[in-house]
Amino acid sequence: MPEPSTPVESCDVLVAGGGPAGIAAACTAAASGAAVILVDDNSAPGGQIWRSRRKHPQKGLAGDWLAKFSAVTVRRLFGHRVVAAPQPRLLLVEGPDGAVFIRCGKLILATGARELFLPFPGWTLPNVVGAGAIQALTKSGLDVRGKRVILAGSGPLLPAVAAHLKHAGADVAFIAEQASAAKLLRFGFGLLGRSGKLRQAFTLWRRIRPWRITPGSWPVCVEKSESGLKVVIQSGVARHTLYADYLACGFGLVPNNELAILVGCAVGSGGFVQVNHENAASVDWVYAVGELTGIGGVEKGVVEGQIAGSAATKQAVDRVLLRQRAAAVKFAAALADTFALRAEVRNLADAQTVICRCEDVRLAALSGLQDARELKLQTRCGMGPCQARICGPILQLLGLPGQPSVRPPIQPCRLKTLAAQIKE
Amino acid sequence: MSISSGRVIVVGAGIVGAACAWYLMRDGHQVTIVDRAGVGCGATAAGMGHIVVMDDSPAQMALTRYSRQLWNDMAPQLPASAEFVPSGTLWIADDAEEMAAAEKKAALYKSCDVDAVVLSPAELYAREANLRPGLAGALLVPADSVIYSPCAAAWLVNDVCSQGGILIKNAEVKAVRDDCVELRDGRVLQTDISVIASGTSLAELLPQFPVRARKGHLVITDRAPAFVRHQLVELGYLKSAHATEADSVAFNVQPRATGQLLIGSSRQYQMQSAQVDHGILQAMLNRAFYFMPSLKELGAVRAWAGFRAASPDHLPILGPVAGMAGVYVAGGHEGLGITTSLAGGRLIADMLAGRTSAIDPAPYLPARFAAGSGRERWHHG
Ligand SMILES: Cc1cc2nc3c(=O)[nH]c(=O)nc-3n(C[C@H](O)[C@H](O)[C@H](O)COP(=O)(O)OP(=O)(O)OC[C@H]3O[C@@H](n4cnc5c(N)ncnc54)[C@H](O)[C@@H]3O)c2cc1C
Ligand SMILES: Cc1cc2nc3c(=O)[nH]c(=O)nc-3n(C[C@H](O)[C@H](O)[C@H](O)COP(=O)(O)OP(=O)(O)OC[C@H]3O[C@@H](n4cnc5c(N)ncnc54)[C@H](O)[C@@H]3O)c2cc1C
Repeated sequence: MPEPSTPVESCDVLVAGGGPAGIAAACTAAASGAAVILVDDNSAPGGQIWRSRRKHPQKGLAGDWLAKFSAVTVRRLFGHRVVAAPQPRLLLVEGPDGAVFIRCGKLILATGARELFLPFPGWTLPNVVGAGAIQALTKSGLDVRGKRVILAGSGPLLPAVAAHLKHAGADVAFIAEQASAAKLLRFGFGLLGRSGKLRQAFTLWRRIRPWRITPGSWPVCVEKSESGLKVVIQSGVARHTLYADYLACGFGLVPNNELAILVGCAVGSGGFVQVNHENAASVDWVYAVGELTGIGGVEKGVVEGQIAGSAATKQAVDRVLLRQRAAAVKFAAALADTFALRAEVRNLADAQTVICRCEDVRLAALSGLQDARELKLQTRCGMGPCQARICGPILQLLGLPGQPSVRPPIQPCRLKTLAAQIKE
Repeated sequence: MSISSGRVIVVGAGIVGAACAWYLMRDGHQVTIVDRAGVGCGATAAGMGHIVVMDDSPAQMALTRYSRQLWNDMAPQLPASAEFVPSGTLWIADDAEEMAAAEKKAALYKSCDVDAVVLSPAELYAREANLRPGLAGALLVPADSVIYSPCAAAWLVNDVCSQGGILIKNAEVKAVRDDCVELRDGRVLQTDISVIASGTSLAELLPQFPVRARKGHLVITDRAPAFVRHQLVELGYLKSAHATEADSVAFNVQPRATGQLLIGSSRQYQMQSAQVDHGILQAMLNRAFYFMPSLKELGAVRAWAGFRAASPDHLPILGPVAGMAGVYVAGGHEGLGITTSLAGGRLIADMLAGRTSAIDPAPYLPARFAAGSGRERWHHG
């Protein structure tokens, strides 16, 4: 009694991920007349950044690309997630109506990045959330009016989230940026050469000016208190105790590279997919674009998406785009350098701090184990439903070597999806 | 205590090497365990951990029954991480023919002093409500169990080390000689005895043993507590697991202590890569759905594949290696190595101590693979 066999959809180019990079890739590939399918597990296009503002028509880059995307001929499979790659050029996808196979000539990976969580005592308490998560939550209805929020972490996401929370009526009490003032200053001067970025930074700055970002500071621990959370912040040599309703942390982003690894792409340090100047990965039918190749923001994604969209359909790649890409890659490197996590921040966990949330594994349980594989097998660290998506990067930060291998399904799926058989 | 308590090197820290080391340590030997990776990282990390009495042959029955007894005796000592669960086995009969096989199996088990109870369909469904309607019944073997073997192996190895034994990890053995073991990095470890328990890589060190890798797939689900209570195996498994060279799948579902289900099983020869093979995975899952349709909606967390070290006659190879003084082998446990590891280790310790064993070791002796005889047996085994 096998599952009724599942049909196969075919296309020239399959784009996995519907954020800025994926949208740009799909639009560009479709412009050549190629048959394009775009798969994304969200219900609407836009990815992390563009999706949520869709209620009001968007302006600027977002508006342009979303408009373009709605006009092109692309088969859109939203609410669908890629779970496996049974054969080269064949992906198994799970959607609301069950399994779908997609056979493609080329695959453009635009699967983006997720938040990096950092373990410190109390990080798993309720109301200690990701900075990106609290932004998404307010967009989907969480009422933060009058709530006291402490933001902590590193990188340009902090001021962006602060601005968003302020707009939503929150009281942003403190913004702890772990990078030093000297590093921020150097980065700021670097931006002077990039007018767009500077304008963006300036606008943000104006919106969050009432609370200054405090460089060289980070959360040390958080506890429940009667009124909410009691957060201890290290600031230089001083320690402050602050009270808040939410502690929102954003220590950086890590690439969603599971599908890339599953199809055999080489990844480099930080887990970023290795690509050439046209965003071709080490597997000849695969391209990777956007945060997957280095954290560089929307512009980098859009530029890389267009490059890969052209290259995958044998269109000539615009030289301007290649120049823009080179600049974006440089910017990504500067970001990575400026906001690299300092050792103090990487080692905040104590023996009782949870490392693997799915399986409730604490730091003490890992002591004496040096190899990632043994550590997983002996402690269940990384064996839960998230398959080390959260604790994998944490182990790297803690200096525990090795990376667990990627096995299907790359996202939890129903057993019947894994059992789907091709109708041929 | 022992007449031969000297230096012993055990090559391989899988469940088999760990068990050998543990029994040898108890006999007073100075034990060193060497593994090219870590503890329990090979087949021991890939297997289902069903501790089960099997009756393909009298020798298999004797070994599995003895080893199951050793596990049940050890159970109270095992740490919680070893997830020992006395779940029992339910052999599921799909039709009248398989029910007749269940009756026969019950009679055989009873004649061997193994508790086994034939269940009517009603008795079966009272125990396992998620099985599909219309099954013919089942055979319950209550004293079988389930274990998490990577942690069981680690416990055995830690116990050896706490008694003065030594574990050397990340050290590959390149060659074995009568009085020493040579490592890839150039080190030479002198020893009186060596026990080779290197799993599917056995032939790299002892090419005279024709052990082949037989690939198997498993899928672990989300937590679904009490969805299944016993290890479930189809009786048709007896047809599919045996003999043939062809690929096969069987319904095999195991409740884990975590509340998850582990779903098997598949058998394939001629496979080198440990990549998941979707074709056989599909067949395996569809076989499971045939017996338990409600599995379809459960969440899958991870699928993987591992290799069983299969000897030509499907029995492990336990004992002295001809022509190599002081070298012993413990390998070829195929799909039952977790079950039979303890008995195997105990038999080797008995041989070294010159003790009479609880069961006759003759069927497992390496001598049965004297040059030339190995290949012929493939066509019969
Ligand atoms: C009873 C039982 C229950 C289990 N339950 C769960 C569970 O609930 N959740 C779960 O996730 N898993 C579970 N596991 C499975 C376990 O996590 C592994 O999947 C399993 O041990 C098989 O390992 P693997 O091959 O998938 O890879 P991994 O355990 O990931 O190990 C592969 C290792 O090989 C290394 N490697 C990969 N490629 C190469 C290369 N080319 N060269 C060198 N090294 C390489 C990797 O770095 C890694 O260290 C369970 C296992 C058992 C026995
Ligand atoms: C899918 C599947 C399901 C299974 N289900 C069950 C079950 O339900 N019940 C059951 O009883 N059995 C089961 N088995 C079988 C069981 O897993 C194996 O028989 C058992 O784990 C073998 O243990 P081992 O110690 O011999 O091998 P391994 O665990 O592979 O250990 C061998 C060790 O030797 C090391 N090594 C190899 N070569 C060298 C060298 N040259 N130098 C140093 N070290 C070396 C390796 O690193 C490894 O750690 C299953 C197997 C599979 C694949």
